[in-house]
Amino acid sequence: MAPESSRASLARYAAPVIIGVAVLALWQALVVAYDVPKYIVPSPLAVAQTLVADWALLGRSLAVTLRMTLIAFAVAVVLGTLIAFVFVQSRWLEASLFPYAVLLQVTPIVAIAPLVIIWVENVEVALTICAVIVAIFPIISNTTLGLRAVDPGLADLFRMHRASRLQTLVRLRVPSAAPYFFGGLRISSGLALIGVVVAEFVAGTGGHAAGLAYQILLAGFQLNIPRLFAALVLITLTGVALFLAMVWLARLALGRWHESELTR
Amino acid sequence: MRFNRMPMDSEAARLARAPAQHAEGAPVIELAAVEKTYPSGTRALAPIDLVIRGREFVTLLGPSGCGKSTLLRLAAGLDAPSAGRLRWWGQGFETVGRPGQHLAMVFQQATLMPWARVAANVRLPLDLARVARPAADRAVAAALELVGLAPFAASYPRELSGGMQMRVSIARAFVTDPDLLLMDEPFGALDEITRAKLDADLAALWGTRALTVAFVTHSIYEAVFLSTRVVVLSARPGRVVAEVAIGEPFPRTDAFRLSQRFAAFCAELGGLLASAAET
Repeated sequence: MAPESSRASLARYAAPVIIGVAVLALWQALVVAYDVPKYIVPSPLAVAQTLVADWALLGRSLAVTLRMTLIAFAVAVVLGTLIAFVFVQSRWLEASLFPYAVLLQVTPIVAIAPLVIIWVENVEVALTICAVIVAIFPIISNTTLGLRAVDPGLADLFRMHRASRLQTLVRLRVPSAAPYFFGGLRISSGLALIGVVVAEFVAGTGGHAAGLAYQILLAGFQLNIPRLFAALVLITLTGVALFLAMVWLARLALGRWHESELTR
Repeated sequence: MRFNRMPMDSEAARLARAPAQHAEGAPVIELAAVEKTYPSGTRALAPIDLVIRGREFVTLLGPSGCGKSTLLRLAAGLDAPSAGRLRWWGQGFETVGRPGQHLAMVFQQATLMPWARVAANVRLPLDLARVARPAADRAVAAALELVGLAPFAASYPRELSGGMQMRVSIARAFVTDPDLLLMDEPFGALDEITRAKLDADLAALWGTRALTVAFVTHSIYEAVFLSTRVVVLSARPGRVVAEVAIGEPFPRTDAFRLSQRFAAFCAELGGLLASAAET
């Protein structure tokens, strides 16, 4: 398969890497050439050095952020899926509850976070709750959509063969919803991270439960810009890693049958 | 790529093959003054009276949008008539599915589950009826053999051509060994050559079993080639304007397609269809 596909994969993987390296090199060159002070724009090398030097601190914060993100994401997935299943049980139920899910979605998390932090004593739990609020909506809306997006012909077939409600759910609705669900996962994983970071900015945790957002805040106050950048890099990498994990999961689950995972 | 004769001792044959309680010629499905008006106000069917008897291959022929598909949906129990009454084997729909009263339908599209392999797609009706796995698998193998797709049992639908997908759909209908088979323009989306081939295979298959078929098409040639009787429907709202018996012995081959008699039937139906479309 040949030159075609190898050239295509070259374009897909090599091209972005080349762009990235070029931008970093240019950045490094400009900072060195114009002798830009570290506390305004640090060079990529300086950021890398800080990342290594401050790893004890940043690594611990990364672990905190990551733990909250993963817990929030897991809760959002489980809860969101359950709510979606409840929604599709009846149009009436969905019509009466869906507006409140939307309400949750459109209210900025920065506005809710202080309340949650006041109400919930444990800061880490409060931040996780905020992240769940942000991350749950794509799961609810996508899964609900997917559970309803059933081929009418197949629905007829199931009806004709007198499939029970449970059989229809398990054999028809759930598989039909899978591509939508995985689309929701992709969005939601990123939102969980954003939720944790934003909520922590608002809460301003400290002490041993400090996440990456706290490091950014602190570094900003101290004008320790290289550390700020280093923390930023870690957040970005976490987001990318989550996204890639979701892509991989979707491919694993849908691989051979769904269009979105073919021809890649 | 021919439909093969299903081994008679197969599990599928045994599964539903209770003592045939519908003698040849007994009504399998009866429509008495059946009407259908959709909530939108569209009147799809004018009062229709129609009886399809055991071992008949009846084709409903009519212009597009004449309510043929609506009629078939009513026959499949997927919709209820607005007026009139349908009987299956002389009884209500709730008795459909009893031994000797199995019903299967082939839709316009193959209507396969894209996430399931061919074998799982064919097995679906048995799974839904909670047939034990070994028996179901034997029936699936036999049904796939029947449509010449045994080597593709582990493929996914998207890996097959349109014609092959339709064969899978037919295998899924035959896996329950139906007594009444409803087919809604099953080959309408296929090219002419594939269609002629599948028609020939279907005719051969029908000849080997005690099966009643109600077939919907707007192709005159298909109707003449396949049917024992053609029912011509008028433009919407559909009603029966003529019935033509095709008294040609089975098995029918390409020789029949090229015969004078075939041309004569086509001409007759063509005339009826033209006048049906005007009214």
